[in-house]
Amino acid sequence: MTGFDRRSVLAGGGLLAMPGGLAAAVPRRGGAIRVATQSSSTADTLDPAKGALSTDYVRHYMLYSGLTRVGVDMVARPNLAARIETDDRITWHIALRRGVHFHDGAELTSADVVWSLRRHGDPRVGSKVSAIARQFAQVRADGRYGVVLVLSGANADLPAILAQSQFLIVRNGATQPDGNGTGPFRLAAFQPGIRTVVTRNPDYFVSGRPYLDRIELFAISDEVGRVNALLAGDVHFVAAINPRTTRRVAASPGHAVLSTPSGLYTNLIARMDRPPTANPDLVLALKYLMDRPLIKRALFRGYATIGNDQPIPPFHPYFNPAVAQTGLDLDRARWHLRRSGIGTARLPIFASQAAEGAVDMASILQEYGSRVGLDLAVTRVPADGYWSTHWMRHPLTFGSTNPRPTADLVFSLFYKSDAPWNETGWSNPRFDQLLVQARGEGDEARRRAYYGEMQQIVHDRCGSVIPVFVDLIDGYDRRLGGVTPVRLGSLMGYQFAENVWWNA
Amino acid sequence: MIGLLARRIGSSLLTLVLVSMVIFAAASLLPGDAAQEALGQSATPAQVTALRHEMGLDAPAPVRYARWLAAMLRGDPGQSSVANMPVRDIIAQRLPNSLMLAGMTAVVAVPLALVLGIVAAIHEGTAIDRALNIATISMVAMPEFLVATLGVLVFSVDLMWLPAIALVSDASGPWETLRSCLLPVMCLTVVVVAQMARMTRAAIADQLGRPYVEMARLKGMGLRRIVLVHVMPNAIGPVVNAAALSLSYLMGGAIVVETIFSFPGLASLMVNAVTSRDMPLLQACAMIFCAAYLLLILIADIAAMLADPRLRAQ
Repeated sequence: MTGFDRRSVLAGGGLLAMPGGLAAAVPRRGGAIRVATQSSSTADTLDPAKGALSTDYVRHYMLYSGLTRVGVDMVARPNLAARIETDDRITWHIALRRGVHFHDGAELTSADVVWSLRRHGDPRVGSKVSAIARQFAQVRADGRYGVVLVLSGANADLPAILAQSQFLIVRNGATQPDGNGTGPFRLAAFQPGIRTVVTRNPDYFVSGRPYLDRIELFAISDEVGRVNALLAGDVHFVAAINPRTTRRVAASPGHAVLSTPSGLYTNLIARMDRPPTANPDLVLALKYLMDRPLIKRALFRGYATIGNDQPIPPFHPYFNPAVAQTGLDLDRARWHLRRSGIGTARLPIFASQAAEGAVDMASILQEYGSRVGLDLAVTRVPADGYWSTHWMRHPLTFGSTNPRPTADLVFSLFYKSDAPWNETGWSNPRFDQLLVQARGEGDEARRRAYYGEMQQIVHDRCGSVIPVFVDLIDGYDRRLGGVTPVRLGSLMGYQFAENVWWNA
Repeated sequence: MIGLLARRIGSSLLTLVLVSMVIFAAASLLPGDAAQEALGQSATPAQVTALRHEMGLDAPAPVRYARWLAAMLRGDPGQSSVANMPVRDIIAQRLPNSLMLAGMTAVVAVPLALVLGIVAAIHEGTAIDRALNIATISMVAMPEFLVATLGVLVFSVDLMWLPAIALVSDASGPWETLRSCLLPVMCLTVVVVAQMARMTRAAIADQLGRPYVEMARLKGMGLRRIVLVHVMPNAIGPVVNAAALSLSYLMGGAIVVETIFSFPGLASLMVNAVTSRDMPLLQACAMIFCAAYLLLILIADIAAMLADPRLRAQ
């Protein structure tokens, strides 16, 4: 927690130290920048529903707008919606902002919203959020500017869910969206796997925005190449810098590092529905064998937050500080190991570069395991095809979970007993019951209490070992103004486009 | 000559078909398919089934191969199962870039290699020869990523003369394109020039020891005339062959350079097609690389035959 505060201060200091001091903090119009992310392929898409990687999210937030948006404070506010109202958190009345136009000139109406929300249910669309959209029991228009959304169960988080890039609004009837949205930028060129070029939308409904005239977005998959391009002045904002490279960027007078503490984690997954990892003592032994400070220091050079085997990071509003922190404890590990009765059996761990830091974590665990008589065998498998062939398929594998906008989403997707990606295959009726209660609860204090108890249950019983939460590290040119960390993701929660300006 | 050419083209086509079968079979062995890769970590079985049907992947492998081959014979490389656009369009965005990079590299590398090889052969056994030997061997030994990264550090980050990335597009003018391609061309030249120079040196040095060269010398002919008019035609076979092999590498083997400079070429497209399990795109790339290779070898053989009447008689 202190580490995060210190770095935030550093980032703020960097901004103030810009030439021009206070004057530089005043946004200005104009300018063109180039932005490089880490991955791009022929799978790049203009369809928000299919957005799978950070490059897609950035592109979609440039072109489209959502009914709501989540700001720096992580609170969801109306965006394309003028108001979102509900009495029971089941039936939601959405009143659209009037006079908003798509890039092709058509006015935004309820028909566009109904189309955009309904298409997630169509399997042919291949929506990334179809599981979440399954709770949209009914979506219907209520006049030209009203939409009624009826959920299958109460969910107080709907505004935050609708702010995700996959739920951005496309034009009615667009089966294959082509970039025609209501977003801050218009599409000038799009070549999958090569580049996206956008230009300022002068009719954007947020007055005064965006500041930039033009953004060119592409990927430089090689990390060294990406940092070199930044330092050489060819690009002005790059995503995903290696912790080891941060010094090089910080040493350059014209550049700075943007570190964003996030809910991203790589976890060791012990399957609780099959031997030998179904044994709770073995799982506890594994948790006591994790040297969390070492992982934070050696693997991430301090750019991480210590985790406690539950998916809510310490800076989250619903974080429960009462859950006791698990640390490296060889005596307890030995005791639980003896109780588990696993003996000297060899336990393979499947690790891959597909989950950041997994291979090194496995090696560290193997080392500590050997000290207490646990024979772990690290099986390194290729990143290519890892998620479909290894993840969750063996008793011990590694997973990687991106930050989600709400506590409910991460719990529902990865810890609910009947979730398709219930990684550990565990089942806890009390947890499932609390999950549904918390989702529908309107009272904040009670909600916090529910989420607090769920964190305790996952920490005590679940086979998900979360050693650290990883910071997202970007690099930027100091001439870029308005850069602040947004915990939703890298590149200011993928939404830098309409929030930054160019001081040159 | 014509008959030989026809036979060569026929066998080339057969090779292409065989290669396509091997690629298809090898790609089928990879874990996961395009539907699973597209949905990634977050795939549910129901989604995978639906998408598989949408992509036409639910047919058995031999049927899918036969469909692809039939379409290919009609000249249609098909629809990319991942990008939702015709393979032809995707290739059209990248092929000119790859050809341009290979062409520019060839223009620089081939004459350079010839000069280096000839100079080394003429001065065989001297300090110049040894120096060139060491230089070319070091160039072969240096990995591309090292050359490329060093080049970027020196010329882009420190001196700021050249861009660190080679973003070519229709919008950029010829001067801009040339400037951004300079570093990639330099790296590729370092990689391919050594092989060609060493082959040239060996072939020419071999000829220089022959009696006809001694005869020419005794007649009082100048060294330049001996090498260019008498020795070169006899040495051209192995030299052109080495050049063809090196140049064919430029099409598909430029992957490291393409990655480091973010150059939108065919090699990275093919790697992309493998990781996303995009069979039609993968096959199209493989066909292009294979065809380019066969074409270059064919050109090399024809050039050798034109230069050497003895080969034509065989």
